[in-house]
Amino acid sequence: MGVGIQVRNLNAWFGKTQALHQISMDLAANHATAVIGPSGCGKSTFVRCLNRMHETIPGARVEGTVQIGDVQVYNGTSATQVRRRVGMVFQKPNPFPTMSIYDNVAAGLKLNGFRDRRALDEIVERSLQQAALWDEVKDKLKKQSGASLSGGQQQRLCIARALAVEPQVLLMDEPASALDPISTGKIEELIFQLKEEYTIVIVTHNMQQASRVAEFTGFFLLGELIEFDRTEKIFTNPSDKRTEDYITGRFG
Amino acid sequence: MPEKHSNSDRDRTVSLRRRLMNSIMTLAAAAALVLVLIPLIAIFGYLCYKGLGALNWAFITQTPKPVGEPGGGMANAIGGSLLVLSIASLIGVPLGIGAGIYLAEYGRDRFGDLVRFTADVLNGIPSIVIGIVAYGLVVLLQGHFSALAGGVALGIMMIPTIARTTEEMLLLVPTHVREAAYGLGIARWRTTLSITLRTATSGVVTGIMLAFARVAGETAPLLFTAFGNQYWNWKVNQPTAALPLQIFTYAISPFEEWHRQAWAGALILIILIVLAVSAVRLTAGRGMLRGAG
Repeated sequence: MGVGIQVRNLNAWFGKTQALHQISMDLAANHATAVIGPSGCGKSTFVRCLNRMHETIPGARVEGTVQIGDVQVYNGTSATQVRRRVGMVFQKPNPFPTMSIYDNVAAGLKLNGFRDRRALDEIVERSLQQAALWDEVKDKLKKQSGASLSGGQQQRLCIARALAVEPQVLLMDEPASALDPISTGKIEELIFQLKEEYTIVIVTHNMQQASRVAEFTGFFLLGELIEFDRTEKIFTNPSDKRTEDYITGRFG
Repeated sequence: MPEKHSNSDRDRTVSLRRRLMNSIMTLAAAAALVLVLIPLIAIFGYLCYKGLGALNWAFITQTPKPVGEPGGGMANAIGGSLLVLSIASLIGVPLGIGAGIYLAEYGRDRFGDLVRFTADVLNGIPSIVIGIVAYGLVVLLQGHFSALAGGVALGIMMIPTIARTTEEMLLLVPTHVREAAYGLGIARWRTTLSITLRTATSGVVTGIMLAFARVAGETAPLLFTAFGNQYWNWKVNQPTAALPLQIFTYAISPFEEWHRQAWAGALILIILIVLAVSAVRLTAGRGMLRGAG
């Protein structure tokens, strides 16, 4: 089941450049929250702070608190423990190129010491089914590399790989921006189903996508959270002038 | 569509020049290829011409006969080379890969630069100097020549090549592959070993093969380490024969029969290196999946 996320006074830096300023947000469990804003507004940095990926970049730094369910992300929990609870799907599909489809999905468990073969088979099948990829790959699971699939299939493989470690939260950083409209449609459908079990945070450049998949939307600008509300409120009746300018296409 | 017509007319006139240029360039490239292949074929052809005559079953199954007695072979030298090269690989491969991993994953600082510089210098040190070092480090300590000393000398020579190619190959693995692993909660050391190194395997293997082929033919570092031996030896701490050494000894001898055997030995050495490299390539490539890369 998904859990809520509380973000309080989150600040993030790249070296001396501050990328996020005092972000506070409450993300609802089992809902999808969209993060929108122009390029360079800090939306990717924001989601990368939720699973401590931000700190893997040399010189990067974070302050403030993030709580996911009952886990303090930046206090008393190791980065690897956090990341096992928070799955991530990246902008560009990034399957492990030398691994089979099966090994790609099983990687998160296997490399963390999971050894039960039969359970692993079940988890791989379930994860691929959740990611709506099972029927397309079930005959070539161990024969074909993850990199041999099409872009849209690779992205669903990456979603299956993230789901296999049974996270509570799924972060998606522009998951469909490198895909064609049909694959994009499949990913969006998938987000709808996944909401039942996971809390989803999705970064997107595409405002129609945000309005289609997310109940809540946060608008970021220059590293600040300008407005955060129900999606239809943001898109039909924003309270901030800057939000209105952005969604009506006056800039960005 | 008159416009398109005139366009294709112009294309036709241009294409004559282009086709001519294209043929010239293709020819030039083919000529370059032939030029590169000539020395290779010449060496191999000359080796066959000189060596095939002395090459027979006895040559690869028997030990050398005393001077003046015809026949005999270099079986003990082939075995000795295998022994010395195994010891060298046991030393050179893990140390080289370890250093390469360090340089690629953690070496973005002054110390890393120092290690990189040291490796490049080590790569440039004449092999005879490395032989002397192994003599001082192993032979003098043991009190006698040994296969181990030869292996240490060749192993040291393998390290820089393997380290630098491993580093290059690991750096070619894109960041997004590492990030995918971190995102799954896989620890950094695990990611390096099971994801990054695995993704770079074919390149790392190529580096190992390069280093192996280079040291397999080295003579100088073995002169006062492995020393040579007229008899079979499988003991690590005993002097041992090795193909390059045997070739050297036979080539500078005054006997016609030994000269012919030296040529045959050289031919065997080349064939063994090609076989070893191909075998490793095949086994490394067999695990590859369809579409992997």
